[in-house]
Amino acid sequence: MTVNPSGWRPSSPANAPGETQTVTGNRALMLEEPLLFEIGSTDQTGVDFADLPKCELKLGDLERSRPIGLPGLSEPEAVRHYTRLSRQNYAIDLGLFPLGSCTMKHNPRLNEKVARLPGFADVHPLQPQETVQGALQVIDELALWLLELTGMYGVAMSPKAGAHGELCGLLCIRAALEARGDKREVVLVPESAHGTNPATAAFAGYRVESIPANAAGRVDLDALKSRLGTDVAAVMITNPNTCGLFEPDMIAISEAVHATGAFVYCDGANFNAIVGKVRPGDLGIDAMHINLHKTFSTPHGGGGPGSGPVVLSEALAPYGPLPFVSRSPDGSFKIVEEESAGEEHPNAFGRMVAFHGQMGMFSRALAYILSHGADGLKQVAEDAVLNANYILRSLEDVLDAPFAKSGPCMHEAIFSDKGFAGGLSTIDVAKALIDEGFHPMTMYFPLVVHGAMLVEPTETESKASLDQFIMAVRSIAKRAKSGDEGLKAAPIYAPRRRLDETLAARKPVLTYRQPGAAQAAE
Amino acid sequence: MRYLPLGDADRGEMLRVIGASSVDELFRDVPEQLRLKGPIEGLPMHASEMAVERHMTALSRKNMIAGDVPFFLGCGAYRHHIPASVDHIIQRGELLTSYTPYQPEIAQGTLQMLFEFQTQVARLFGCEVANSSMYDGSTAMWEAISMAHRISRRNKTIISSGVHPHYLSVARTMAKFTEDALETALPELDAETDMARLLGKIDADTSAVVVQYPDVLGRITDLAPLAEAAHAVGALLIAVVTEPVALGLIKSPGEMGADIVVGEGQSIGVGLQFGGPYVGLFACREKHVRQMPGRLAGETVDAEGKRGFVLTLSTREQHIRREKATSNICTSSVLCALAFTAHLTLLGEQGLRQLAALNHARAREVAERLSAIPGVELVNDGFFNEFTLRLPVEARPAVHAMVQRGVLGGVSLGRLYPGVDLLQSGLVVAVTETATNEDVDALERALKEVLQ
Repeated sequence: MTVNPSGWRPSSPANAPGETQTVTGNRALMLEEPLLFEIGSTDQTGVDFADLPKCELKLGDLERSRPIGLPGLSEPEAVRHYTRLSRQNYAIDLGLFPLGSCTMKHNPRLNEKVARLPGFADVHPLQPQETVQGALQVIDELALWLLELTGMYGVAMSPKAGAHGELCGLLCIRAALEARGDKREVVLVPESAHGTNPATAAFAGYRVESIPANAAGRVDLDALKSRLGTDVAAVMITNPNTCGLFEPDMIAISEAVHATGAFVYCDGANFNAIVGKVRPGDLGIDAMHINLHKTFSTPHGGGGPGSGPVVLSEALAPYGPLPFVSRSPDGSFKIVEEESAGEEHPNAFGRMVAFHGQMGMFSRALAYILSHGADGLKQVAEDAVLNANYILRSLEDVLDAPFAKSGPCMHEAIFSDKGFAGGLSTIDVAKALIDEGFHPMTMYFPLVVHGAMLVEPTETESKASLDQFIMAVRSIAKRAKSGDEGLKAAPIYAPRRRLDETLAARKPVLTYRQPGAAQAAE
Repeated sequence: MRYLPLGDADRGEMLRVIGASSVDELFRDVPEQLRLKGPIEGLPMHASEMAVERHMTALSRKNMIAGDVPFFLGCGAYRHHIPASVDHIIQRGELLTSYTPYQPEIAQGTLQMLFEFQTQVARLFGCEVANSSMYDGSTAMWEAISMAHRISRRNKTIISSGVHPHYLSVARTMAKFTEDALETALPELDAETDMARLLGKIDADTSAVVVQYPDVLGRITDLAPLAEAAHAVGALLIAVVTEPVALGLIKSPGEMGADIVVGEGQSIGVGLQFGGPYVGLFACREKHVRQMPGRLAGETVDAEGKRGFVLTLSTREQHIRREKATSNICTSSVLCALAFTAHLTLLGEQGLRQLAALNHARAREVAERLSAIPGVELVNDGFFNEFTLRLPVEARPAVHAMVQRGVLGGVSLGRLYPGVDLLQSGLVVAVTETATNEDVDALERALKEVLQ
């Protein structure tokens, strides 16, 4: 199945205006790379095996007869293929990555080293418990830190990512309500919430209703209070919220919610702003997920894996999922799963994953936490908030900052596209930032701010890094306000110009098809 | 503090620009009485890299390392050799430390790799399309049931007794909170699967039939009759694959008629890691793609006409559709997907077939030797690299007794099905290319000893 081994070129028109073409399509260090299916071959391999012992098959007559269509590459070809592809990515290792609500901070390499220790990396999830005491201790130590840092009562470690943690929290709430025979159908979600919040509530079987924000970018307490009632199971709050603001009425919100018998879920995506500074347990929160891949620096990997432990109040902890780790009086650790739950944890709502959660993320997060300690984590929040306010105050004269007058922001600063001229929008600013060597901020989110630009620098940026970013944004913002058409062409220097997303959605091409085969099918 | 670039002089200068007298002033929206004045009491302070590494290494040494001992565990997680270059590739900072590719012009690396991943998964599973990964196999299975419900507009799902009990437990948990009705049964220690039960249960109310292939006892059955029966009443067939290496040797579920094929991709490119992070695989027919959960990379062109890749069909997803999305999934398992892709590229079709053949040959040999031990019976007729033995004693204590002899000899069904008397004698043994002749000798010796 060797396809096009003679070399592929990007499908650029030969006479693109103003562009000096190279024969290969490469531009020095910017290297074009074909698809695996255009360079590999099904009889090529990068792995050597021992000779196969003679053996009759015992496959119940299900031996594969058709080819699969999986091209291979030798090791040098594979390493080069993926290295060349990797260089078409921007990354936190390369520069500032200020995606709001994403907390793209430096990923310490000690954590990578620790996660790869054979005692963590090469242990099977169903090994007898006496052979995995170290793994269970990691989970227990991390759990204790998370409880101390949040001031909560219990923690479910198994959820695989933030949205999975949201689901865990809502299922705890649902189980607690059902245990008291209380059927409630509605979950209230602020209109500025992450999309995962309403999606999770629907996934957990609830009807979702939106609650508005006030002019100061906070939850409208009166509107919330007027909607609360015996049909409302929970309110999902993000605090600090997606406008980068702390909800100052949080205690009043929690009291009002609790007074009607409902629970408070907190989206902990923005915990980086307050870690070590204020404990969510003191704010009346009943459940909150913690994105270990945000606050606790486990690498995001281009879209996961994440890890979303959920801290729980005393009212919800009895309903947390299985399995979990418990410490025995003799100092040993055990896994409480379906078998032993009967005595120790009879009200668990069930199980969320096949095994014990993201062990590889637990070891990384624990190494991160131990490296910082209580003093370092407090400093993390303070520097993250300091960096965001520095950006806010350095840009508010050139970009509209809708909530800047009401006071400082937390770990992220929000701007709008107010004043942009010539039909220019947030996306044009974002794409121009790419040309300046930065990853853009979060665009058009939250929805409550027009053309929102949400900037989260994190604490791992130096002042020099921030100053360079500020300089770039100031220049681009001025161009946007003067209606500079040139912004619409950005990015010019990236591996690709703007990509046609409409075409991708209208005629989806989701897998590679050999040119001949595709035509035959049509 | 080695991870924090700001110095006190920077902080002072920045506060001056901000116009605040102290950092604490920036936290003024947090009620005063709730603001912590100093580091949380009773917790350790920051520590050097050396000290942290020492502590973590000490913890890691309290575990029995699979690679240090004769090792034969499977049941949803498999120990295969991973080429060194796979870890090198995923430790490239550009792949490791990037975010979800929301800005495609500077994320072509991840996006093209995901496009390659989707193609590989689709071909391996015999399906037309695949998504860019789920959390793991168990959550992928529930998402498949949920997707079938949306397509069929029916809520009854019949689940084979050969499905991994933890996967089933995840589905049962979710079904408590939805309108889904799951029909399940316990497996029996028998070469026959519950195919007849499944065929008998399919009716006009059936949304989907779910079957694991190979199943939790290692058995392999032809899915074609199930597909036919399901399709005859407008139901879908969902196949679950927890050991994708098997598909190098046996027919894919897609070619036997499965409509949705999900699985656990850990055994290609991702280490055991005590159960996570792993990578959920999800493939289906093209006509169902708009009901699919998760992110999709798709091909398009840029403003100059050059081929490029973007995340696409996002109107299915939570950040656009909110409560009407096909799933709440956001962050999935992309880096593990990239490891899967790199490993499968190194293998290629030839390598995957060789790897699968080697696994099967090793497992055949071990099954033969162990079932020759007096009192031990092989349950399976057909199997790939994993089979079930019926021991003359309860398997769970036998597993612990083998640990005493330094052997990780398999997964007892007692661990997976506590309290189910008829299954307590079952021992599931997985044999991969990593087992040496000495390992097999040690397993045989240990099992003989504990049965004496």
